[in-house]
Amino acid sequence: MQNFSWREFIIPCLIKVSGYSAILFVGLIFLFLIHEGAPALVEIPVSTLFSIRWYPIESNFGILPLIGGTVVVTLGAAIFAIPLGLATAIYIAEIAPRWAREILKPLVEVLGGLPSVMLGFLGILVVTPFVRTTLDIPTGLTAFTGALILGAMAIPTIVSVAEDALDAVPRTYRQAALALGATEWQTIWRVTLPAARSGVLTAMMLGIGRAIGETMTVMMVTGNAPILPTGLGALFRPVRTMTATIAAEMGEVANGSVHYHALFLIGIILFLISLVINIAVASVVFRQRKRAERILS
Amino acid sequence: MKSVKSVVSRSKRHNLIQRLGFAGMTLAAIVTIIPIILIVIYIFWQGAPATSWEFLSGFPREGMRAGGILPAIVGTFWLTLGTGVIAVPLGIGAAIYLAEYAPDNRWTRIIRIAIINLAGIPSVVYGLFGLGLFVLFLQFGTSILAGSLTLAIMTLPIIISTSEEALRAVPNSFRVVSVSLGGTQWQTIRRIVLPQALPGILTGVILGLERAAGETAPILFTVAAFFLPQLPSSVFDSTMALPYHLFVISTQVPGMPIRIQYGTAVVLLTFVLSMNIIATIIRSYTRARRQW
Repeated sequence: MQNFSWREFIIPCLIKVSGYSAILFVGLIFLFLIHEGAPALVEIPVSTLFSIRWYPIESNFGILPLIGGTVVVTLGAAIFAIPLGLATAIYIAEIAPRWAREILKPLVEVLGGLPSVMLGFLGILVVTPFVRTTLDIPTGLTAFTGALILGAMAIPTIVSVAEDALDAVPRTYRQAALALGATEWQTIWRVTLPAARSGVLTAMMLGIGRAIGETMTVMMVTGNAPILPTGLGALFRPVRTMTATIAAEMGEVANGSVHYHALFLIGIILFLISLVINIAVASVVFRQRKRAERILS
Repeated sequence: MKSVKSVVSRSKRHNLIQRLGFAGMTLAAIVTIIPIILIVIYIFWQGAPATSWEFLSGFPREGMRAGGILPAIVGTFWLTLGTGVIAVPLGIGAAIYLAEYAPDNRWTRIIRIAIINLAGIPSVVYGLFGLGLFVLFLQFGTSILAGSLTLAIMTLPIIISTSEEALRAVPNSFRVVSVSLGGTQWQTIRRIVLPQALPGILTGVILGLERAAGETAPILFTVAAFFLPQLPSSVFDSTMALPYHLFVISTQVPGMPIRIQYGTAVVLLTFVLSMNIIATIIRSYTRARRQW
């Protein structure tokens, strides 16, 4: 009997600890990024930090070109991943026959599970030469190539989250719209999509978050030139993103050097970006749940 | 008469719009799906001829330009196993807490926000964190231990969210009956809820480990060795790993035979894809058999 009550006490404790561990890990990640990255703010003058030259060998730590690179590649990816992803989600949730849905959903998951290094590898061997010859530009290692592959990687995230949201819209909404004489197409656009809009928004944000954080693919196919992208032409020139900079340079720096601290500082920026996106997502998720509870009660 | 006509023409127009719209959506889905199938087929087609027994079981020779990739395969195997050993108990524990114990209060909401955030942190930032905490601060060095810990924390949110979903899918009446028969809460979870949710949890675990097996950025600074002619002998050894090896031979080594690159890609793809297929099979099998 004693053994029995001991187990009833210790196991829930362990379970509770593992539940709270998520908070611990986020805290630890932030702490260690700050610990290793904050010195950069002291060591590097602000004017240097916000300059447009990233050339660590000459102590030029301008992060603007890197931020610019991330923005260009991410926007490029979003421009075609969001419409394609949402359209695919609508097709799977609303239009496709049952058998097509059963095939499409696992296939999209396969794309989501493909290692980014493998897509980068294919990018180098297949996409890059294709981009170079079709667009007739000196190199295929451009922001555009990166955006193309990154978009493909963001699509599974967008599709699965948006499809979930569309699926969660009560069937009665659709039936009511159809009974009032709306076509299926009108029902999708004027009833189902608006009802699922917070989920659709979440899908877009998570897709963009995925694109910002992607590392190996962009490092392999964007050419890695830390030049501040300006104008539309920048899309077809090499760029360097924040993630690629960390991955490419961390292996070669001395621990504790200014360069090392600067790379952690970029890590802090990336962490904060993902924090903002995900807190926004979380607030949408919670608001939605509350609304659902209100309706149901 | 006129109004009837206009109604008819309007409904015709709506029909046309709907047909065009549906065609557009279908086209988008096809544009999304076809490349996935092409990628998989293309890699197998290019790489399958390179995968001989010697390639799978041999060590790299001549600056990795010949021989096999055994150390990378073994390294990825150990890393995936290490990640599982750490992330699975922790993840399932957290899922049980959230699904069965957690009260609906501010702290639980903070846990959920933390999990959502963990899921969104870029993989390279995990690499930085692993370098800072495990490799340098705790002095594990670049080792399987440091890499597994880093990958485990990255995998955690996937395992937690899928396991929680599986636990929540178990009908509440199961719990009510168990408790009314005198079962304690832990007995109810262990003997009633967990077995019912097991297939769902397993699916989540496999999908999480699949992601860990394919990741490169978190292991760049925590485990990965450019070239190691021997197999790791303890958790404090660094090791080669398939994804990192693919990165190295496709960008860092000049004059790399294309055959070996595609061969490595095929092995990595097979590793990842087989996990994916197992997870899909478990899921559809249990969904078909579920009695509630």
